[in-house]
Amino acid sequence: MTTSVTPGTAVPGETRRVVELTVNGVHRSAEVDVRRTLADFLRHDLALTGTHVGCEHGVCGACTVLLDGLPVRSCLLFAATVSGHSITTIEGLGQLQPDGTTKVSPVQQAFRDCHALQCGFCTPGMLTTITAGLAENPHPTAQQAVDMISGNLCRCTGYQNIVEAVLRAAELMENPDAPLPDEGFTADEHAKGDA
Amino acid sequence: MGQRYFGEPIRRTEDIRLTTGQGHYLDDIGAGQPVLEAAFLRSPHANARIRSIDIADALDVEGVRAIYLYEDLAGPVAEPLPVLIPHPALTAPRTPYALAKDRVHHVGQAVAMVVAENRYLAEDAAERIVVDYEVLPAVASLDMARAAERHAHDDVPDNISAHLLQTVGDLDAGFAKATHTLEFDLHVERSASTPLEGKGVYAKWDADDSSLRVYSSTQASTSVRAAIAAKLEIPLLKVEVIAPDVGGGFGVKIAHPWPEEIMVPFAAIRLGQPVKWAEDRREHFISASHERGQDHHVRVGFDDNGVVTALDVLFYHDNGAFTPYGIINPIITSTQLLGPYKPGAYRVDFYSMYTNTVQVTPYRGAGRPQGVFVMERTMDKIAQALGRDRAEVRAANFIQPDEFPYDQGLIFQDGRPLIYDSGNYPHQLTMLKDMIGWDSMGERRADAASRGKLLGVGMACYVEGTGVGPYEGAHVHIQTDGTVDVATGLTSQGQGHQTMLAQITADELGVPFEKIRVVTGDTRRFGYAVGTFASRTAVMSGSAVALAARAAKAKALRVAANALECNENDLEIVDGVVQMKGAPDTKIDLGTVAVLSNPLRYAFDKAAQAATQFQGVDDFDKPPVAEDDEPGLEGKDYYSPPRSTFASGMHAAVVEIDPETFDIHIDKYYVVHDCGRLVNPMIVAGQVHGGVAQGIGGALYEKMEYDEDGQLQNASFMDFLMPYVTEIPQKELGQLELGHQETPSPLNPIGVKGAGEAGVIPVSALIASAIEDAVGFPVDSMPISPNDLYRLHERFAAGELPHVERYAASPSAATRARRGAATRTKKSADTSS
Amino acid sequence: MKPAPFRMYAPHTVAQAVATLAALEAEGQHAKVLAGGQSLVPVLAMRLAEPGHLVDINGVAGLDAIDVSSAGVRVGALVRHAELLRHAEANRVQPLLSQALNLVAHATIRNRGTTVGSLAHADPSGEMTAVLVLTGGSVTAVSVRGEREIPAAEFFVGPLESSLAADELALSAFFPAAPAGAGTAFVEMARRHGDYALSGVGAVVIPGPSRDEGAPTISVSCGFLSVSETPLVLDLSDAWAAGEDSVMAVVRAAIDPQDDIHASADYRRHITGILAVRAIREALARVREEQAA
Repeated sequence: MTTSVTPGTAVPGETRRVVELTVNGVHRSAEVDVRRTLADFLRHDLALTGTHVGCEHGVCGACTVLLDGLPVRSCLLFAATVSGHSITTIEGLGQLQPDGTTKVSPVQQAFRDCHALQCGFCTPGMLTTITAGLAENPHPTAQQAVDMISGNLCRCTGYQNIVEAVLRAAELMENPDAPLPDEGFTADEHAKGDA
Repeated sequence: MGQRYFGEPIRRTEDIRLTTGQGHYLDDIGAGQPVLEAAFLRSPHANARIRSIDIADALDVEGVRAIYLYEDLAGPVAEPLPVLIPHPALTAPRTPYALAKDRVHHVGQAVAMVVAENRYLAEDAAERIVVDYEVLPAVASLDMARAAERHAHDDVPDNISAHLLQTVGDLDAGFAKATHTLEFDLHVERSASTPLEGKGVYAKWDADDSSLRVYSSTQASTSVRAAIAAKLEIPLLKVEVIAPDVGGGFGVKIAHPWPEEIMVPFAAIRLGQPVKWAEDRREHFISASHERGQDHHVRVGFDDNGVVTALDVLFYHDNGAFTPYGIINPIITSTQLLGPYKPGAYRVDFYSMYTNTVQVTPYRGAGRPQGVFVMERTMDKIAQALGRDRAEVRAANFIQPDEFPYDQGLIFQDGRPLIYDSGNYPHQLTMLKDMIGWDSMGERRADAASRGKLLGVGMACYVEGTGVGPYEGAHVHIQTDGTVDVATGLTSQGQGHQTMLAQITADELGVPFEKIRVVTGDTRRFGYAVGTFASRTAVMSGSAVALAARAAKAKALRVAANALECNENDLEIVDGVVQMKGAPDTKIDLGTVAVLSNPLRYAFDKAAQAATQFQGVDDFDKPPVAEDDEPGLEGKDYYSPPRSTFASGMHAAVVEIDPETFDIHIDKYYVVHDCGRLVNPMIVAGQVHGGVAQGIGGALYEKMEYDEDGQLQNASFMDFLMPYVTEIPQKELGQLELGHQETPSPLNPIGVKGAGEAGVIPVSALIASAIEDAVGFPVDSMPISPNDLYRLHERFAAGELPHVERYAASPSAATRARRGAATRTKKSADTSS
Repeated sequence: MKPAPFRMYAPHTVAQAVATLAALEAEGQHAKVLAGGQSLVPVLAMRLAEPGHLVDINGVAGLDAIDVSSAGVRVGALVRHAELLRHAEANRVQPLLSQALNLVAHATIRNRGTTVGSLAHADPSGEMTAVLVLTGGSVTAVSVRGEREIPAAEFFVGPLESSLAADELALSAFFPAAPAGAGTAFVEMARRHGDYALSGVGAVVIPGPSRDEGAPTISVSCGFLSVSETPLVLDLSDAWAAGEDSVMAVVRAAIDPQDDIHASADYRRHITGILAVRAIREALARVREEQAA
């Protein structure tokens, strides 16, 4: 790659900019401060509050959205920078049915089936990350399921049922009628030593 | 009454909202609408006097609507925040002002509040406020607090907020009886709840109605309401507080009222516009509570079988800069330290100490992890001293199944006697040993050695007082369409209360689960409550909901019996229909019963016509609403137990240590857990999973790092190391297994004990035990990093630390027989690969 | 945690970008180039830096190419870590790229973060800085004064400090191909998976002309991260010939790690010796695999 430097002109700086995005398939636009993060833009300007903000420094992953299909931290992007691109948030994961209703995606269904969320705060980032991960690798092993969510923090679940949900989602993508997993304890003994 | 839902892994109703982005968390409220946002200027110093504050430059920031300082406060709001739980031993309680008056006591204390058109602008302005501080030397650690050369508060020269001594039995006689004694020190460092959602407050003042609505990401909405009403001098009934969806609590949100919970409504009233403050991550680290930091000195006497004859514990508890939650944490440590054991005599003496650090209030486990760490390390040291197996020594000290109720002779955190209700510790130990293969670790050790790794195994036991009072209440309201509204006052932070409480209601009433709506933490729906803490929801609100549902059901049967002209004892409710037992064709819908329960003049819809005044009356001598009765099909009741229930558990883990890098890897993790009857085993397992992960965080990764000036060095998720999935043993990788034992509580109508905190409690204790087992030198301070382990190894190599020998039990005939009969039921741990 | 105000500039060409940087420099303004932003934006959010001007190069055409030749891999300024990691041909020519990129933060960060951006950030705990120095690569910078190629050894001048001038844009980075027959490996130790490494070592081993079973001559070099102010490379051929203990001794003597809350300097020194030996062993194993294949 070679670049010859031809004299150019400096471009003017802006403090506000009109941001145009396709969000969950819908064209959205708003004029915002150039320092507005994509997370704040989605949540406060577009009122799409399904995307959560947990740390604002790119570590927790709750704010993860899909930028042109790839997971990114919306707290580490300025809305102005991604103008013109396409964003998918948790609100857009469902699948529109012919009758106009929205059906939850296999990943969303798997989270319900496997008790893969408790407080639900990390969930939007997990769901978007896994959606992209399964698009790339529809048949993950358990270890690949672990790797898939390894950049997202959850404080509630110990990740146990999230990993299970990744595998369950893969199963539902193959067979929407796969039976519900058994949940609870491995070894179970009742009524020992009743008082 | 059939039990169709209780005990079943019913999928959560909450998840329909939460998996589609339809939750309503604090910062979601008012999104897309003009809401003013607040930012707080916080002290950059741990201990300082405020000489002056200059806000002139800050006021110039465009979009700033108000800046408040202490001098803007008057009346009750200018007084220090309340001491929530006073105690006679808490002789020097200190709490902050809503905004610092003339002094700051920790980095992060709120000094000024800025309200602006958005958070960006509010932060711009906060940055421009100039505060002139006279910086004072800080008390940045327990060691510095004990030395008392520096003072966290000028008027507490010894830095001691509280001193409490409890003794059971004759300690001197116990030591006289002992054939061995040991004396040692143990340490646990600070961590914090760290929910993924920080705190937050939204307040809206309705000037037309002179009423205030507040949303707070809290674990105690009723008490926040009372505090706001008192501080801002508004009649209680003009204040509503609602806990919306809350993104995790783990204890930090039980402390209240936070300065922001007072100041945000204060500003909303003055500005006449909704005001919101959503805590950011850095604020959470430096101003929301921490926990865990304690130093213990232990003296223990025991006989040749390892039976403890006397236990003497002195400890220092770091309560941070303030004591709003009293001395609950050290009280829990001092009482729950005993676990499933019955020492001959016990003395526990603690000092609660001020430091110029963030205040300490409960974090999941609330003092228990430290107590369990002390007791379990003590058991290990006894085993080591006697050359016996660690499990055997524990078993020798257990309270036996026929000894319940067992009185430990102490006063617990609820001010009531520490009496265990039920349990079976020997059987729990048997289950755990079978799961892990405790008596046959030889092969696994050899296998690890062949891979160049050191393998260690550790275990720890705990008993957890759960479901503390004083009470919770519930309201069950059967609607005319047959749906049922349930309300309880305590709050939810992800524990699945809507689902769990609906399961209980459905079974009690005989109504389909889908017809039940549950609301928690909304003072508009239920005004009396205590809060969500101490693993108490299933016990307290679960019992209250059961009792309230029974009351509603009794009324439904009475009204239906009148309509069907039969005896109410002959009726039952099945699938939302009241019907004659044995003659189900004689029936009436519960919704119709609800219509009939409310005699009407006006038929507001077609169904209501049945209850109007010209529809036929059987007895003109009776009033339409009988004496002692009321219209509507509702039940309301409260549950107030005599004392706590006591859940228990035992965990074990296998760790592998890299002998070159001292990297620590948890290879296997096993849990046996007993919380009495399970309302929803899926939810309980989830609680245990999460607790274990937090425990592992506290054992190996998480530590608040203060420097000697009281600056928190790792106030970000980059440097405060909450575990990712890669740090936690995973069931899908065959690394984690849960077992459940069930000893119902005799204290409540549904036989349950709490489960919320259990998972976290023993983790540091057993990981320390396992690491010690692997490396052969003592591990007496947690958390531990590879770097710490390396340093211990260097000291060990230099002869500064003793060698810890490993002693295994020789499998007895009984053990072998038992292993043969071991039960492994339900499903394999590995469902995936 | 919201960034302080700044003005944003959105050039469409390199010429506009460097003209803008030059204009801001002439006015004495503090400007930062925004590419992936995965290191920069957290710093802005915490207000640890408050540059008044951000030159966003994400709209600049022609910066997203990965050019692979037998000489090596040239990576444009807007190539995201994930794109380079997925580029099979680039990783065939220089396997250290993917070996190190797999350890750069987490996948989501790699989807946005750029390889050249992380070099310009000059963090001595960055994996790619170590790889650039270990492979003897270079960075091409451009300004209104023209282009210049800066060898890796001269590019990193201090912690978080590169030799880029304030008005220069890092246009691309060049990673030379691995020598024929070489084996490479990259190992590191972090507190949590995906964290900045406590220490990390990249190794390149090249079997010498003698393939004699008894005593092959082997050229061994290692690059280190998190244990010196700027990325460090050591020729360990002689040390390796003398044995693993010798490698550990040489490495520990040469590095200059610092204490921080995650690890002491002593511990970093200790594990870096071990990681160096492990990296070399792993690289050698790759050589043997190649030879066997």
